[in-house]
Amino acid sequence: MAEVKLFGCWYSPFSRRVEMALKLKGVEYEYIEEDLSNKSHLLLKYNPIHQKVPVLLHNGKPIAESSVIIEYIDETWEGPSILPKDPYERAMARFWVKFIDEKCAVAMWKACSSPGEEGEKAKEEASQLLKFLEEELKGKKFFGGDNIGLVDISANFIGYWFGFAQELKGLELLTKEKYPNFCEWVDEYVNNNFVKENLPLKDKMIEIFKTLA
Amino acid sequence: ITRRTIMEVKLLGHFSSPFVQRVKWALKIKGVEYDYCEEDMVNKSPELLKLNPVHKKVPVLIHNGKSMVESLIILEYIDETWKTNPPLLPQDPYQRAMTRFWAKFVEEKFVLVAWEAFTSQGVKHENAVKLASEALEKIEGELKGKKFFGGETIGYLDLVLGWASYNLPAFDKIGPMKILDPLRFPAMDQWINNFRNHPIIKGDIQSEEELLIFWTSFANKIRKN
Repeated sequence: MAEVKLFGCWYSPFSRRVEMALKLKGVEYEYIEEDLSNKSHLLLKYNPIHQKVPVLLHNGKPIAESSVIIEYIDETWEGPSILPKDPYERAMARFWVKFIDEKCAVAMWKACSSPGEEGEKAKEEASQLLKFLEEELKGKKFFGGDNIGLVDISANFIGYWFGFAQELKGLELLTKEKYPNFCEWVDEYVNNNFVKENLPLKDKMIEIFKTLA
Repeated sequence: ITRRTIMEVKLLGHFSSPFVQRVKWALKIKGVEYDYCEEDMVNKSPELLKLNPVHKKVPVLIHNGKSMVESLIILEYIDETWKTNPPLLPQDPYQRAMTRFWAKFVEEKFVLVAWEAFTSQGVKHENAVKLASEALEKIEGELKGKKFFGGETIGYLDLVLGWASYNLPAFDKIGPMKILDPLRFPAMDQWINNFRNHPIIKGDIQSEEELLIFWTSFANKIRKN
């Protein structure tokens, strides 16, 4: 029986974040693909509260919520640090992850999926929010500095997933003209050898977006 | 008790904010002296807008000239910076993960939903009461057999739920809602008692009367609209 198991979904950015964290630390794990329309009894057993992926199982003990799982991974296994060591820098990293998940992701998704005025409003809001990330990246290769860290892993949604949604909908939100730093980060990120291996394939993503959007 | 010069730590807050209250409690538990600045949330100060440009909200903690926002993030910073015994979060990584998981749940599925129940009407209100009660069932399970979430001493998770311990009974009294049922949720009822009577917390909470007066007037104002 594998010591570490991950219940995930190939197109979930949250699931992929956890995989990236495990791989950064060189942790061997058994991956279990969940069919979200037909959840396994194990998933429901290990995450009864939310019944969602990802769920990490370590020595039989389950952990849910990607941000919680990633901090656990960082604290449990040796290897490159995912969060900074300094308490202030840690607070900043956690802040940006919350900002990305609770503000950016919500506005950007709405901009893609809501029709008419609501969509326009969301697009405007997303434009303002992205400016903060643009500013944060000034003079840095990654959010984490020279190396990929917590914020880079968590910004996978904007860095990769959003690109497909934007293209499919003909939305011009994340452009090189408006966000040169951010678009440079996206390039660095998706072309980074380590990251590349852990992103779902482009044609599969386009397929799934067509069904989801 | 750590002694610091007062200006080294500053907190921007508002008396009515449950998020600010958590930070105040954490600083008190750690014995950290700080400068408190009551913010006018209607006419926000230039300092607040400068230090929290993204959300423009309180609390904002400033330590050695560096500012941080978001109460749960601030609580972890406080725990990591002022190391006292016992710490606010458990030492064991799995217990820490459980604590963080429950903090998110308590915040998103209970505290904010109970607030929604109190401040909304009609179907929205009924839904919120139902969801808050369902969430409380799960919290009840976590509290069974324990004095506080972490055991014998108060910690991070108690501070996250803390605001509900004295405000929710007032909401229930003013109605029309009843979430805290001591028969259905005896562990929660006991926890409320334990929390409110804790020496760190006791002196800072307003009396039941004061809370009823405050929230009744608040409810009347919003329900008029």
